[in-house]
Amino acid sequence: MTGLFSEVFLSALLFGAVTAAIPLLLAGLGEQMSEKAGVLNIGIEGMMLAGAYLGFVGAFYSGSLWLGFLTGAAGGVAVALIMALLCVRIGLNQIVIGIALTLGLEGLTALLHHFQFSRSYPRLPAADATVIPLLSDIPVIGPAFFKHHLIVYLAVALVFAMGYLYRRTQLGLNLQAAGDKPAALDVAGIDVIRTRTIAVLTTGALAGLGGAYLANVGAGLFIPFITNGAGFLGIVLAMLARGRPVWVLFGALLFGVCLSLTTAMQVAGINIPTDIIQMLPFLAVMIMLVLFGRRASLPAALGIPYERGAR
Amino acid sequence: MSIDTAPTASATALDATSAATTRRDILHRLLMTLGPILIALVIAGCILLAVGVDPLAYYGFVLEKGLFSPLGIQQTLTRMAPLLFLAAGLIVAFRAGMWNLGGDGQFLLGAVTAAASAPVLVEILPAWLALICSFLIAMVVAMIWSLVPALLRAYQGVNEIITTLMMTFLGTSLANVLVKLAFRDPTTTVPQTRTLPVEDRLPRLFETTITSGLLLGLAAIIIVHLVMTRTAFGLKLRIVGANPRAAVHAGLGVPGLTIAVFAISAGLAGLAGAVDIIGVQGNVRADWNPAYGLAVIPAVFLARMNGFAAIGFVFLLSVLSIGGESAARRLGVPNHFTLVLVSIVLIVLALAEYFDHRYNQSRRA
Repeated sequence: MTGLFSEVFLSALLFGAVTAAIPLLLAGLGEQMSEKAGVLNIGIEGMMLAGAYLGFVGAFYSGSLWLGFLTGAAGGVAVALIMALLCVRIGLNQIVIGIALTLGLEGLTALLHHFQFSRSYPRLPAADATVIPLLSDIPVIGPAFFKHHLIVYLAVALVFAMGYLYRRTQLGLNLQAAGDKPAALDVAGIDVIRTRTIAVLTTGALAGLGGAYLANVGAGLFIPFITNGAGFLGIVLAMLARGRPVWVLFGALLFGVCLSLTTAMQVAGINIPTDIIQMLPFLAVMIMLVLFGRRASLPAALGIPYERGAR
Repeated sequence: MSIDTAPTASATALDATSAATTRRDILHRLLMTLGPILIALVIAGCILLAVGVDPLAYYGFVLEKGLFSPLGIQQTLTRMAPLLFLAAGLIVAFRAGMWNLGGDGQFLLGAVTAAASAPVLVEILPAWLALICSFLIAMVVAMIWSLVPALLRAYQGVNEIITTLMMTFLGTSLANVLVKLAFRDPTTTVPQTRTLPVEDRLPRLFETTITSGLLLGLAAIIIVHLVMTRTAFGLKLRIVGANPRAAVHAGLGVPGLTIAVFAISAGLAGLAGAVDIIGVQGNVRADWNPAYGLAVIPAVFLARMNGFAAIGFVFLLSVLSIGGESAARRLGVPNHFTLVLVSIVLIVLALAEYFDHRYNQSRRA
């Protein structure tokens, strides 16, 4: 057991936690923006899968991870475009379309993968890390937090950028109003449909990017259904965070640690079904909800399509 | 939260006054369902063409296996049994404005407890009593599983979408743990529960392979429909769904009703698991998760939470999934294409309903 808690093990565990947390963070931040603007985006799992597949294909054929991230984000946006068209512009039921998109992309990405790669699962080379000088020399914490791909730091910076956006900018206020009282926003002369469309497309880009990171950096390959519920975790994170980006970060890290622990236990050959460890983050959150559960502060108009002049 | 729960959903063909309009209404609805499905098949066919598969051959196999071959239609009808129970549970929840998205977790726990209890019970009890007991155990376990989200929603106002989603992740893992550790069949090498002998399973209908669970499922969804549309209890639930605040002012015990809704909804999901195991599968293998719930949720919406319409949509889902499995096998297309097909059908149906609604409005105006 001593080997389990060695320095190397701990920093590997934390490194894995960050890697596992980033897709959740990006999905959670994206979902948060949609929900703020009043769109419950259940299609986010599909957007992540589109991002994962296209991101992988982009990186695989171009040899550039950055191009992969770009195609991944574009894939997410493409799916989000359908969602924006159907749910925001003409106001179809968000849950029906969201689930339909998730199912469709699950099938479509698996299908495309089958026809593109048959049964082979080519791997990408390991992502090159950006080592932050000085900080990365700290024992345990250094190798765990400061030797990641550049996009990880950008994702964390995005958390604070989002916080600034929501608190300090006109667009942030518009988004909030689009979710809380869209009619008031409309009266103020701001296009609700447009505001919500911006939110949904941003969600698509972030979810796609998260999916691309998951496939290209996290796993290094694409397998069908690779997201395995990460999008739904993003929804949970966004709802728990009550509109605050920093809480999405904390939540993502909590889930990341548990996911990383699962892998570590398998590597260490400890004979507990991984299912038990996978239950830990959900148990922790449920216990927190039971102890401190208060009314979730969800936007008032969440899930309700906006129709001008409708009563 | 009340996301477009459409309290007017009860205003279906059933409430129409004269028989003539009813017939026209039904015809119209049939057209509005079959038309979009055809369009969806064409769109999906283009995808098949793009990947180099003959769509006509594919659909031919889907229809032959899912609908027209004797064995295929029997499998389709058998597949309907658990889906009907799940749909019934969702109708109760959605009409009462509660987003029970935890159906899969409740389903799996029901399935695992039924799989664990049935083989033991048939050894000590008469078979029919044993099966009833397993059904009850599955139902109660699923009900208990929904208790935490129900209490949190009823007394703390915690949003049930988060809690039921989390409970479904927890339930899926817990079901696996139970299969691997607690209820594992010691005589097999693969982790699975003890297998219920075929002769002890739910009887089959007449001379076919159709499970009698189909009748149970049909009964469940029709009873749920009638309770929701024709009884005072159903009306109370619909009021809670339409406007929880008004329900409080009307003197309804909203917390109690909330817990009742969750219990019924989850209980039916648990029964869905039991009927799949006791009727069809016989055991639960580790990591088995058919994720029926995800496909049934949009189907229930498209049926506007109407039980009879939901039966139709569940039948459609079953034809597509049984037929799709077979067509995929024969043409070398991965089975995942069924997901694409179901997705396109759902989207086109939703679109058709929108345009139909718009057309009616502009005609009235």
